[in-house]
Amino acid sequence: MSHVRCLRCRGCDREYPVEALNVCDFCFGPLEVEYDYASISRAVSRESIEAGPLTMWRYHDFLPVEADRALDMGTGFTPLIHAKNLGRRLGLENLYIKNDSVNPTFSFKDRVVSVAAAKALEFEFDTLACASTGNLMGSVAAHGAKAGVPAMVFFPSNLEKGKVLGAGIYGAKLIAVDGTYDQVNRLCSELADNHRWAFVNVNMRPYYAEGSKTLGYEVAEQLGWQAPDHCVVPGASGELFTKIHKGITEMSDVGLIGSVDTHMHIAQAEGCAPIVQAFERGETQVLPVRPDTIAKSLAIGNPAAGPFALRTIRESDGSGVIAMEGEVVEGIRLLAETEGIFTETAGGVVISALKRLVERGMIEPEDVTVAYVTGNGLKTLEVVEPIVDTVQIAPTYSSFEEAMAANG
Amino acid sequence: MARRRVKFTFPTKLITEPIIYELGHRFKIVTNIRRADVREDMGWVVLELEGSEDEVANGLEWVTGTGVRVDPVSGDVIEG
Repeated sequence: MSHVRCLRCRGCDREYPVEALNVCDFCFGPLEVEYDYASISRAVSRESIEAGPLTMWRYHDFLPVEADRALDMGTGFTPLIHAKNLGRRLGLENLYIKNDSVNPTFSFKDRVVSVAAAKALEFEFDTLACASTGNLMGSVAAHGAKAGVPAMVFFPSNLEKGKVLGAGIYGAKLIAVDGTYDQVNRLCSELADNHRWAFVNVNMRPYYAEGSKTLGYEVAEQLGWQAPDHCVVPGASGELFTKIHKGITEMSDVGLIGSVDTHMHIAQAEGCAPIVQAFERGETQVLPVRPDTIAKSLAIGNPAAGPFALRTIRESDGSGVIAMEGEVVEGIRLLAETEGIFTETAGGVVISALKRLVERGMIEPEDVTVAYVTGNGLKTLEVVEPIVDTVQIAPTYSSFEEAMAANG
Repeated sequence: MARRRVKFTFPTKLITEPIIYELGHRFKIVTNIRRADVREDMGWVVLELEGSEDEVANGLEWVTGTGVRVDPVSGDVIEG
């Protein structure tokens, strides 16, 4: 059974019923799912979780969906890899990569959409929708296909073809919007207000966001039921960052792991770093920016969970780190060349930020550190094109030998 | 009638300007402030606007033209 108690406003604490709501009617603050933790702790044990499916739904007691209504595409329980080669390069003995690029549509978005789509079916919506620049629309389209529900995805018309095709193949309705990022954003916000569609990250947002917590549960379980010392997480809306910490903390609250002293570090790219900049200025609110970054999947200039991400940084004694635009591809290459993991630009931001954290002395060599890689490199092939060389030869043995001699 | 929930973010030079008062006078729009944080160097106001579709659209265009940033209250709804 679901252990959800209600929705609660993160701004003014008002309580709301478990419905398709995302904003408080009084203060317009965001709503969040509240659970009965005493009930969860009676229902779960390490053994009950270990006996569950090898997907994120093994943690269904911590999610706002009844177990038998889960929309399980095999998402989650992705590998946690002891990154010995990269760790050696950076001077870290206990570095782990949470490789979430191997989900069904190759990004962590499957976790959030899985919960949002299941909840949308429960609320009897007849259309799944989203506005996206890539990962999210692929996931919404796939979940729509799996659930047998039409999916409608909106995106800026200048989006790379590969991303559009990656969503279209699942049969989603593709709406290319001619407009700037801000115009698309505003239009979709209006559409969400005026149509009875399940916009996964608008009216389904409180439920959608909960899916990210599973990245916290999994890491704690995979580390042998303990919390890491540090998490390095990419920052877009800031929700993934706050929910990973919430997930780890919840596990401690219900007695599945010991006390938590995990330092949360949020990584953003130089061209869109409103949360890190607010942290550096000592602010509790985020000043919106216009994104201009190579890391398109992190290009959220007005992050919905910005103030909560700032709170998580401070409460966990963590930090915010900016990866310079020129270092993002270097981060992608470093991870690929040391661990054989090809990540998209968001992963490049995380690896570059991790390097910077080590250089600043914020992570000790023996600390258990988890870097989250949330999307697959095949999604942003164009950014690595300039750094990949081929050796062209004639189909002869001598040509090969000459080329090898010339190229070392 | 249209109802829009929006967030205005004021740059430093516009913090002391009566933009919301003027919005209600220049256009047939009822403004209803719900949350705000105004400091010396920046400020934001979360409010609801009510009026005809055209008046609200024209009003928001005017606000944007003054240099105030206008966003949906739910933050960016377009994600990577």
